[in-house]
Amino acid sequence: MEKLTSPYKWGMVIDLDRCTGCGACVVACQAENNIPVVGKDQVMRGREMHWIRVDRYYHAESATNDASTYSPSLDNPETFFQPVPCMQCENAPCEQVCPVDATVHSAEGLNDMVYNRCIGTRYCSNNCPYKVRRFNFLRFQDWDTPQLKLMRNPEVTVRSRGVMEKCTYCVQRINNVRIDAEKQNRPIRDAEIVTACESACPSEAIVFGNANDPSSRVAKLKAQQRNYSILAEINARPRTTYLAAVRNPNAELEKA
Amino acid sequence: MSASEPPVNSPDLRRLDPVLAPGHTYASVTDKIAAVVLTRPLGIGWLAGFTVAFGVVMVLFASLAWLIIKGVGIWGINVPIGWGFAIVNFVWWIGIGHAGTLISAILFLLNQKWRTSINRFAEAMTLFAVACAGIFPLIHTGRPWMAFYMFPYPSTMGVWPQFRSPLIWDVFAVSTYGTVSLLFWFVGLLPDLATLRDRAKTRTQQVIYGALSLGWRNSAHHWHRYQSAYLLLAGLATPLVLSVHTVVSFDFSVAIVPGWHTTIFPPYFVAGAIYSGFAMVLTLAIPLRKVYGLEDFITMRHLENMAKVMLATGLIVAYGYFVEFFMAFYSGNKFDVFLATQRLHGPYSHFYFALILCNILTPQLLWFEKVRRNVVALFLMSLVINTGMWLERFVIVVISLTRDFMPSAWGRYSATFWDYSTFVGTLGLFVMLIFLFVRGLPAIAISEMRELVAHQSNGKKENE
Repeated sequence: MEKLTSPYKWGMVIDLDRCTGCGACVVACQAENNIPVVGKDQVMRGREMHWIRVDRYYHAESATNDASTYSPSLDNPETFFQPVPCMQCENAPCEQVCPVDATVHSAEGLNDMVYNRCIGTRYCSNNCPYKVRRFNFLRFQDWDTPQLKLMRNPEVTVRSRGVMEKCTYCVQRINNVRIDAEKQNRPIRDAEIVTACESACPSEAIVFGNANDPSSRVAKLKAQQRNYSILAEINARPRTTYLAAVRNPNAELEKA
Repeated sequence: MSASEPPVNSPDLRRLDPVLAPGHTYASVTDKIAAVVLTRPLGIGWLAGFTVAFGVVMVLFASLAWLIIKGVGIWGINVPIGWGFAIVNFVWWIGIGHAGTLISAILFLLNQKWRTSINRFAEAMTLFAVACAGIFPLIHTGRPWMAFYMFPYPSTMGVWPQFRSPLIWDVFAVSTYGTVSLLFWFVGLLPDLATLRDRAKTRTQQVIYGALSLGWRNSAHHWHRYQSAYLLLAGLATPLVLSVHTVVSFDFSVAIVPGWHTTIFPPYFVAGAIYSGFAMVLTLAIPLRKVYGLEDFITMRHLENMAKVMLATGLIVAYGYFVEFFMAFYSGNKFDVFLATQRLHGPYSHFYFALILCNILTPQLLWFEKVRRNVVALFLMSLVINTGMWLERFVIVVISLTRDFMPSAWGRYSATFWDYSTFVGTLGLFVMLIFLFVRGLPAIAISEMRELVAHQSNGKKENE
């Protein structure tokens, strides 16, 4: 059995000040991880498969014409975007309720999905406070069209019907880098692993890395005062944390 | 002692109806109950009812076939509402089964004579309800053909079930419950099966009942062993009345979902189970005694006692609802408070108010003796309570999931045709099994009724 210690502690920081809500991370993830496009009908039923979603929060006070203070109105609210992938909780509520051990913790802190062990009770999704798990309610993948086979990422399992799936922190990219590093007999360097969402983010809001290494970008960001976890009071201890958005608008330039 | 007085000597019970109408002998009891199985011709009513129920079972099979072909996506579930009708129905059915075990095991240990004429079909009801319930945990999984992963078998992969999951506890609780219920029912049937064998008119009947009665010859040895086995099984079944629904409630209370994560769940689920179970016994007993003329055996005393049990358990359930609200506000947990207000004002509030009407308000009529002794009112009440208990599970399972922690992940649930057809299909299966049972096996325990006759005549002698 694998020892539950590792030099690596994968973590992610998403800077909400930088996020513009463009959705590039969602598309990049979809392409990287062979995520099915389920179509309008299934999306209307609440069965979209995105492993990362971009939540929107609006802030507005009652409309005011006083230009001296910055005060967003309901017509023009202040908008915040928050990309939400799997939080890779250290104390994951999903893992404790799976009856067949299909979602388990890796030594490096990843919350792994074992697709061929999953029987699809969906208990993990119910117990996920972030609701980032996605379920193959039907056979969403097209297995028959030969051209589509070339489209898919050969390093990522094509999931069948009836199993749960979710963000893996691009575990295939982690392992590719790990193989290279092992061949060269050296530890994995900071910024060597780039997740799909991170690589696509135009404002570099998403940073992935080894939180065990105090000199890594991710560890430095997590040390910032702005760093916080969503729903920290649940004590799931998410590995994905956020840097709070700080807005400091010039009241003379921005009018409500 | 006049004939209208009860066979029980306790003075405060004298006002009550008898548990067995007076004037019956060993032979008349046996004749009357065995005749339903052996001599009574198949009536048009039975045939029509059975045909309808059988048709509904075909709907169930069609729904299950389509489910296996397409996947659970044919239902209304989604993310965040991962559990829908399937789990609601599972909890509802398993709850209904509880009354059977309570009547046959706990009332037996408490020496409640009035249980005798209703225990057999209440146990049958338990078995059939568990059979209906057992379908759902299997089919609600995304890959039901892999569901055997939930059992701790020596796998070549070296993987065991994950014992921290309440679903695994469910597997053990429900399978134990099903097994013990079946054994208890079958052991209780043995003397009656032998009676049917001895009275059988055709060779087929003789062979079937003969094989099933396991060579029962009515010897004192047999009776001695039978009594100890029955007592032991009653002792085994008694904790199950409390444990099974407690474990089922853990599916919810162990999770962190607001509305699920509640410590009141185990006692409140058990009370709710007994509540709905007694309602279902009434739903079955009232037509049964009418159609087969068994009013002498299932008397007003039985109906009234069951009504009283419903009133008591209904009040415990009402207390559970109250505590849920109280604790939500007392805890100050914003998600719990939000959920409580959502129940009253949210998009599904009509379900909650319907539930309060069915489960708390209407059953208060049972305080009145006139209602408890009115067969039609009791029958309607039992249907109302069964509806209410289904709504309760819907409110707990589905509505809690629609709006939990992150507003961005909130969702709505609406059941599809296949949700309804599967549920109605299991109702059909239940009714069909009941139809087969009343014609194939003695619906009332003949041997125990003969004991009652003995008690009655002994009581008379002592009084004279």
